[in-house]
Amino acid sequence: MSTLSTYGLSIGYQTRQGRRVVQADLNLQLRPGELAGLIGPNGSGKSTLMRTLAGLQPPLAGRVEVAGRNLHDLPQREVARLIALVLTDRVEVDNATVRDIVTLGRYPHTRWWGGTSEADRQAVDEAIDRVHLADKSDRPLDELSDGERQRVLIARALAQDTPIILLDEPTAHLDLPNRVETMLLLHRLAQQTHKAILLSTHELDLALQAADRMWLLSADGGMTCGVPEDMVLDGSFGRVFASPNYFFNPANGNFSMNYSLHRRVSMEGEGSRLYWTLRALARAGYEVVTHADTHIRLTATAWLLDDRELPTVEALLEALGEADG
Amino acid sequence: MATRRSLLFVLLAVLLAVLFWADLALGSVHIPLGEVVSTLAGQGTDAVHEEILLNLRLPRAITAVLTGAALAVAGLMMQTLFANPLADPYILGVSSGGSLGVAVVVMAASLLPIGTITNGWALIGAATAGALAVLLLVIGVSLRVRNAVSLLIVGMMFGMIAGSVVNVLQNFSNPDAIKLFVMWTFGSLGAVTWEYMRVLAPVVAAGIGLAFVLQKKLDCLLLGEHYARSLGVAVERTRVLIVLATGLLAGGVTAFVGPVAFVGIAVPHIARGLFRTASHRVLLPACVLCGGVLLLVCDLVSQLPAHTLPVNTVSALFGAPVIIWIILKRK
Repeated sequence: MSTLSTYGLSIGYQTRQGRRVVQADLNLQLRPGELAGLIGPNGSGKSTLMRTLAGLQPPLAGRVEVAGRNLHDLPQREVARLIALVLTDRVEVDNATVRDIVTLGRYPHTRWWGGTSEADRQAVDEAIDRVHLADKSDRPLDELSDGERQRVLIARALAQDTPIILLDEPTAHLDLPNRVETMLLLHRLAQQTHKAILLSTHELDLALQAADRMWLLSADGGMTCGVPEDMVLDGSFGRVFASPNYFFNPANGNFSMNYSLHRRVSMEGEGSRLYWTLRALARAGYEVVTHADTHIRLTATAWLLDDRELPTVEALLEALGEADG
Repeated sequence: MATRRSLLFVLLAVLLAVLFWADLALGSVHIPLGEVVSTLAGQGTDAVHEEILLNLRLPRAITAVLTGAALAVAGLMMQTLFANPLADPYILGVSSGGSLGVAVVVMAASLLPIGTITNGWALIGAATAGALAVLLLVIGVSLRVRNAVSLLIVGMMFGMIAGSVVNVLQNFSNPDAIKLFVMWTFGSLGAVTWEYMRVLAPVVAAGIGLAFVLQKKLDCLLLGEHYARSLGVAVERTRVLIVLATGLLAGGVTAFVGPVAFVGIAVPHIARGLFRTASHRVLLPACVLCGGVLLLVCDLVSQLPAHTLPVNTVSALFGAPVIIWIILKRK
């Protein structure tokens, strides 16, 4: 029961030198009510896959089916009623209000001259409501913050009233609160509207929390799909993002840096004080082992280095530095 | 909002009518307003006034309105297509092509023993052929390039080539031919007689009609070409139609009136400033009205001094401060 499926899909470019295949033999399924996160290193073909699924670029082999029909055989106007896009292109329109921009999403449903019908206006109001911009619907676009503008473009895609929405890096250029809010919004929209939503992103930790399924592209070809937690546990992310400088940390779903550890300490303690002390020590180049000459003990209020009592992590690091000369 | 818009449209329409009337009444020979009405109604008493009114001033005033409307609509389409507030109807090299055509006929002919060509249809034919040649080249290119910026650059390059060829021709021409050519580049609303009007009016009407047909696609293009395509707009085909409509409007006007600077770039900004919208459904008729009003004002101003000024000069002199004022007024 998927909305969008691919069968033996090969994506890439036809150039004068020949075909450049970026990914081959992809068999993917995007289900209604599901938020899928497309992730992968640069050059793994995220944008190419997005463009191919959107019908903007022909596949090299295989096919994309939407509601049982081959996407690339459909006329453009039909595609516009099935798939809505949110792109990274900057939208600058002088004198246009939020409502004006969202109303453009109704284009595939209107005739060449006629204005907007009551149904169109309802769809536009509902879309603006869903992204929580009802109080700003008559404000000009250029008075909005970056996060609000992104929500306007998401509302425009909602107003297009398609079963599928594809978003190309919707959280790029946003600050952290807006990144979190946008991801959460998309997660809710998929549940509430039963649309199939696919977003490409670099924000692995946010995508792991918001997405119902992850599509993981690897740079050397191949794709893994699944529920994010399964893919963390089976080491998929660790394999695709392998690097000498960092590693995927399955404990917290983040990337952790590989510090060069050249000094050793031993430590006892518990809870979040232990966790954050370990992080500071790793950054300063200390490896924590069971037995070492230097011993650190955590109490509820302080750090004990051998017999000295230190009030902060900063003081602890300074004391360690002095001891090492 | 809607009432403010309707009110503005009514005001502009009234202003256009009043200015049109004034353009008929004023001039080196003053004709009383009452006589203007009776003559237009076919009950004129003074044969000289009737001749001035019906065969000089009326076609001149109609030409002013057509020129203003055509260039404003063409400018609006170019600004939307290229997402650039500085785009004007001549940005694709249409007027350079037209002037090349005229330069070839006027100056090349002066080198031959047949003497200087002053026949109006010859100049119009030459300007049309030149503008059409550049236009066809640009349409040919627009089918091959995928983005609008490349098209913009190619159009400008065609314009540069045409301009250079004109300079080369001027270098080898006699003073009489150069003067005739320079006079043409000044632009003249009075050059259009009823005979020419039979061609100019339908061409402008066709261009503006095509622009109205494209209004929703133009709205979608405001979001950028990728978004427009995702909304189901056939971007390549739409681009060719926009270039074609612009060619009809800018090429037609240039052939009959000569190049008129400034109107095409300024009026869309005036319309946006007045109506505070980006919707082409509102801006297209607004451009028709504002363009007509602006050119009628320019024509009235150009006739104030005893010796009539070229309309091309007045439009820039009078209109550029308006644009500066609009830009300063915004925020």
